[in-house]
Amino acid sequence: MSDIVEKTLTALPGLFLQNQSASGPAAAKASFSSRLGGLVRGITALTSKHEEEKLIQQELSNLKATVSAPTTTLKMMKECMVRLIYCEMLGYDASFGYIHAIKLAQQGNLLEKRVGYLAVSLFLHESHELLLLLVNTVVKDLQSTNLVEVCMALTIVSQIFPREMIPAVLPLIEDKLQHSKEIIRRKAVLALYKFYLIAPNQVQHIHIKFRKALCDRDVGVMAASLHIYLRMIKENSSAYKDLTGSFVTILKQVVGGKLPIDFNYHSVPAPWLQIQLLRILGLLGKDDQRTSELMYDVLDESLRRAELNHNVTYGLKALTYVIQQDPTLALQHQMTIIECLDHPDPIIKRETLELLYRITNAQNITVIVQKMLEYLHQSKEEYIIVNLVGKIAELAEKYAPDNAWFIQTMNAVFSVGGDVMHPDIPNNFLRLLAEGFDDETENQQLRLYAVQSYFTLLDVENVFYPQRFLQVMSWVLGEYSYLLDKETPEEVITKLYKLLRSDSISSETKAWIIAAVTKLTPQAHSSNVVERLIQEFTTSLDTCLRQHAFELKHLHENVKFMKGLLPVDKSCEDMVVDASLSFLDGFVAEELSQGAAPYKPHHQRQEEKLSQEKVLSFEPYGLSFSSSGFSGRQSPAGISLGSDISGNSTETGLKETNSLKLEGIKKLWGKEGYLPKKESKTGDETEALPVPQENIIMENVDQIITKNDQSQALTQSKEEKEKQLLASSLFVGLGSESTINLLGKADTLSHKFRRKSKVKETKSGQTTTAQNMTCSSFSSSSNVTYEEDYYLDHLQDRGDKEVKKFSLNSELLDSESLTELPLVEKISNCRLSAPSLFADNNMEVFHPPQSTAASVASEISLAASLLEETTEHMHSDLTEVCNNETISVSSYKIWKDECLLMVWSVFNKSASELKSANLEIAPAENFKITEQPGCCLPVIEAESTKNFQYSVQMEKPFTEGNLSGFINYQVMDTHSVQLEFSVNLSLLDFIRPLKISTEDFGKLWLSFANDVKQNVKMSESQAALPSTLKALQQELRLHVVDIIGNEGLLACQLLPSIPCLLHFRVHGDMLALWFRSSCSTLPDYLLYQCQKVMEGS
Amino acid sequence: MIKFFLMVNKQGQTRLSKYYEHVEINKRTLLETEVIKSCLSRSNEQCSFIEYKDFKLIYRQYAALFIVVGVNDTENEMAIYEFIHNFVEVLDDYFSRVSELDVSFFSAVNQVFHSTWQRTGWS
Repeated sequence: MSDIVEKTLTALPGLFLQNQSASGPAAAKASFSSRLGGLVRGITALTSKHEEEKLIQQELSNLKATVSAPTTTLKMMKECMVRLIYCEMLGYDASFGYIHAIKLAQQGNLLEKRVGYLAVSLFLHESHELLLLLVNTVVKDLQSTNLVEVCMALTIVSQIFPREMIPAVLPLIEDKLQHSKEIIRRKAVLALYKFYLIAPNQVQHIHIKFRKALCDRDVGVMAASLHIYLRMIKENSSAYKDLTGSFVTILKQVVGGKLPIDFNYHSVPAPWLQIQLLRILGLLGKDDQRTSELMYDVLDESLRRAELNHNVTYGLKALTYVIQQDPTLALQHQMTIIECLDHPDPIIKRETLELLYRITNAQNITVIVQKMLEYLHQSKEEYIIVNLVGKIAELAEKYAPDNAWFIQTMNAVFSVGGDVMHPDIPNNFLRLLAEGFDDETENQQLRLYAVQSYFTLLDVENVFYPQRFLQVMSWVLGEYSYLLDKETPEEVITKLYKLLRSDSISSETKAWIIAAVTKLTPQAHSSNVVERLIQEFTTSLDTCLRQHAFELKHLHENVKFMKGLLPVDKSCEDMVVDASLSFLDGFVAEELSQGAAPYKPHHQRQEEKLSQEKVLSFEPYGLSFSSSGFSGRQSPAGISLGSDISGNSTETGLKETNSLKLEGIKKLWGKEGYLPKKESKTGDETEALPVPQENIIMENVDQIITKNDQSQALTQSKEEKEKQLLASSLFVGLGSESTINLLGKADTLSHKFRRKSKVKETKSGQTTTAQNMTCSSFSSSSNVTYEEDYYLDHLQDRGDKEVKKFSLNSELLDSESLTELPLVEKISNCRLSAPSLFADNNMEVFHPPQSTAASVASEISLAASLLEETTEHMHSDLTEVCNNETISVSSYKIWKDECLLMVWSVFNKSASELKSANLEIAPAENFKITEQPGCCLPVIEAESTKNFQYSVQMEKPFTEGNLSGFINYQVMDTHSVQLEFSVNLSLLDFIRPLKISTEDFGKLWLSFANDVKQNVKMSESQAALPSTLKALQQELRLHVVDIIGNEGLLACQLLPSIPCLLHFRVHGDMLALWFRSSCSTLPDYLLYQCQKVMEGS
Repeated sequence: MIKFFLMVNKQGQTRLSKYYEHVEINKRTLLETEVIKSCLSRSNEQCSFIEYKDFKLIYRQYAALFIVVGVNDTENEMAIYEFIHNFVEVLDDYFSRVSELDVSFFSAVNQVFHSTWQRTGWS
């Protein structure tokens, strides 16, 4: 019998024995004459579940009657409660008794109260509404003079307490930390631990008190505080490094047997306490050599004293952890591991495999994976399969000895893992196949082997493969079966068609197969099967399949074209999609001219609906579509270009792409029917361009030329030049955000990391878009920029002529736009590659990178002193964020051009110097914070001020956010003090004027896909254009680009470089705002700010 | 972190259950049935730890009574294993030779459990 038992027993209040003779704990047995005893015995005697149910239902209905009867005494109620708990424990609903449990806790004497509390803790959960009724009782009991009542209250708080009521009891519990009885102190610490778990913010201020608890003279209190520390250290180990010494001392005492003997368990001193301490030390010492050194001695001591245990799994587990440090250690235990591998216990086997997984290398991979597969075949449990399949796939990818083995292993993985495995596995596998390694012949072999292997697998009759496996097969066959020598594409198609007709496959898989067939069709010579397939599936009930079938059907009608569209082995190239759907502009314009209602984005519709509901509208057609109203809604780009556009001009703004999901959708259709597609290629691939594709381009260009009228004559002469221009502009922004480049702004790079060099950095499309405006004047009837291919030839000589070319281009644009604006507006920048099933992987939707890393920020030289900067830039007033008797912290914002600089100035009010002052800003979700040099100051002299500066960037747009942090310092070398503060940052802190010309505005406007429109009512004082402009300029920091009549063009950018444009028009007291940006969310947020400005003043 | 504590006999009747995370009543019954099934299916030679879904079960058998503790991945199996025994020793002392029926007198057991719990430095 262990001593710890004795200790526990003495600590147990003998409450529940109160009503019995004082003959000690053994008397508890006597109570079995109670009715609960009867119930328990009754149930134990029963043999079937059905009988049990009957008995309990009866019991419950009896109890229900009793508890609600007014004559029931509290003593009877206690008896009932105990039975209710038992019933509920067996899985029967006893919710009718919950309220009575709370009443019992409120009203009963000690024993009854205790049962009441127990019932509450078992019945209710954290968010149960009845729990609120308990709060008063708890508050009352906490203030009781009876220790037992206080204990009970603290216990229930540490078990279950509504989060929102914490403030009601927190001060009472804090007081208890100083209580003279250790059991109260201990329970108080545990209650605070509970609060820390459910609402860490509420107990932040008592961190110092936790330190006191850690140093408590009672071991129990100290042990209880370890829970809190473990938790806090897990979240932020760096803040508690100073406590390492204390923990080491405690562990030393525990291991050295300095604790009271009651804490021994089978002669091991406080084993659980040791574990807890070791965990804490582990967290503190992680990745910190200096802290770790403090612990070595005591760890060595603990290890020496600990008796090694012999449970096999445990040993294996330990070994698994050790091996992560040093694989050679496993060698010593080889035989044990081998034995464990054949152990009858599957759990041990699994642990062994886990260990093997850690020691896998290129030599032993085949054996280990074989063992894993064996285990996998026996296993039935989904969780295990998912886990193990992932591991095998990972190992196979890492260490595969040869292609054949790799494919076979992956086949096994797919057949067993089937549809439960993580979707990353097939995706990674296919990407690996597609992107390949550096050795091209090796790649081809791997692909060929995969194709052959799947080809044979599909031959096997009556075998059912998981859907995912079939999807993988069909993709690989569609993509790479050209590598097969003997088998013709027809054979593959036939095979896929057979598979397609099988009943056992899902419609998702069917879509994959049709896509594969589509890819193969241009390679095949005869097409009977394909025609059959088309016939069959164009009438399919599944819309998706029908769509695919129709696509195939139309492509099939033009084989030559299809070949260009679906080139062989080009799955890795990127495609760029025109998210603004500008190719629909013509259509939209036509519809509008015939009186169709302009498109309103969803949010606008909703707002209108809302406002209509709120107030009676006296203007029945406030948003009329009459011709006069329409002209006001013209594209601002048109206006800015100084053109007088008639009512039938195109309405480029009427697109809302936010709600459209373009990813994964193949854009096959345009206004003219099929959208010929091409892939945007990088230079080195140009040479390999298949000849047929060029033919098509030629044809198309010819078509266009014949279709278009005399305006082309002008452009055609310039064609060659333009091609060069386009080519250079295509590549000017290779991987950079070129809109900003164009405007001569900071050059920010956005990298897209890929595993393979073959996939080039995505080209950013903005430049092209702007350039396309010129090109589209002769390709307006088509939606694709065929020209690109020509231009690629001129890549080499683009050099540094870019700038000049560009200016030339804008001249072109300028001159043409006056006469040919409607054409210009039909921007076409839709460049699509062959439909790929992995559209998600290599499709670039046409947005600039939303947040280019704040590289700018780091470049800021802060050599200049703060004061200078403060005078140079706009800045906010100094506001105090926190203070105490020694220091006062104030902060202000400096709105620098390239970032927001936050300055916290710390003033030492005291007469002594402060040491190790350190100001830290907590990482915030939406902000990127860069520390400026000189943030940790060893000393702050008396009555002096020090500044801490951080540059802040907004990672993604939002209205406002909080930046919090703390400052800590040491006073007189003794204790350290910590003060917390927070600052509110608004979107406007990150908005800067974007100084561009009207022309640039027009170009940018057309290139942006995300727009938001809104009518805002202005306050009277602003109801004139100049005052509106002034307000917008000052409050929102917008740059006024141009003013034309009662319309204005404004531009701004969200740091570091997300541009946003605003077009507004004043009529009456209404202000029609129209935002456009490359970022989908920014317009909404800006609109909100705008509304605030308009309504606020 | 401990998720639940169960005392179940070989017939599958729950003698004591305590959940540290809220679980719906009907789901509790299901869970308990599955847990006891997986414990019963194991022989003496097999180890006392079972990986069950995304958490671990640690069990010990005392006569016909199983004590099963469900913990999450971060918990130390051996610590819990010993803790169970510690708890049983306390019960044994409290009831002077504890039997399965004693355990059903759960109001006391719950108190003992909670005290042992806090005493040994869990919470």
